[in-house]
Amino acid sequence: MSQPEILNQAFELGYTYTRSTGPVVGRFLTGLKNRKLVGIKASDGRVIVPPMEYDPDTAEELSEFVDVGEQGEIVTFAWVKEPREAHPMNEPFAWAMIKLDGADVPMIHCVAAKSESDVTTGARVRAVWADETIGFMTDIRCFELV
Amino acid sequence: MSEEEQEMITKVEAPVYLKYNFTAGSAPTRFLAQIKKGVLAGQRCPKCLAVYIPTRGSCGRCGVPTVEEVELSDKATVQSFTIVSIPIPNNPIEPPFIIANVVPDGANVSFIHLMSECVNEEVHIGQRVQAVWKPEDEWGYSMDNIRYFKPLDEPDVPIELIGKLTVTGEEG
Repeated sequence: MSQPEILNQAFELGYTYTRSTGPVVGRFLTGLKNRKLVGIKASDGRVIVPPMEYDPDTAEELSEFVDVGEQGEIVTFAWVKEPREAHPMNEPFAWAMIKLDGADVPMIHCVAAKSESDVTTGARVRAVWADETIGFMTDIRCFELV
Repeated sequence: MSEEEQEMITKVEAPVYLKYNFTAGSAPTRFLAQIKKGVLAGQRCPKCLAVYIPTRGSCGRCGVPTVEEVELSDKATVQSFTIVSIPIPNNPIEPPFIIANVVPDGANVSFIHLMSECVNEEVHIGQRVQAVWKPEDEWGYSMDNIRYFKPLDEPDVPIELIGKLTVTGEEG
């Protein structure tokens, strides 16, 4: 028997989930749609963004929403030299933990910068909104250095 | 505020896509090369003599390679089935339709395929079916060369004999 040809085929498996947000995350996403950032106050007074449904210490239901700023400070970051297909940017960028003004807990998002050396811990950043907001995390296209 | 609540976000699209590049191994390649010619080819275990389709290249029970190729019939028996009533995303077939595990004559295991030209409510285990093939010029390296299986006007196969018929459809 001669050597058979090698058979190769692209195959995509898709799970087309629609997730229910629940009232708390729904409120956060609704805020994004209106180009506002909303956190929630925990039992110890900390403001958590994105808001959590239950208190991290007491497990009690949380409900006190707090508006926070669209600017903040980089707490820590990782530079992505070679963005992959699923990443939010095609150019090199930073994943960063950003503590928004008025929040006590940092939130992860991407930061656009020309080079790694421009990004520093403590740097001030500002949200860049998408042209069209739909109520999704990508309504913030990225953060940019102030 | 009330206006804002009216347009409250309650759900988000969160799809997951897994992208594969599937390379057929030697046994599936042999199977696919035969299906391209309109032949259902199984492989026989040298030890327990079970005939497998589609071929994996080994016997799961005996743990030995399967080499001997066996040409099977395109007549088969329904081993199990389900009526699909809910549309499947990206699937062009409109429900209700029938997915069945069919055992081709000469094989001891079933494979999954569609059933059509049938009354859905009358499909049953042990029912005799036959492959309806696409036109030959459309054959490729694919199980889709068979459009679906349609009922045959033959007596049902008793449950204990399903998966035990010879390639000529007789009791093995």
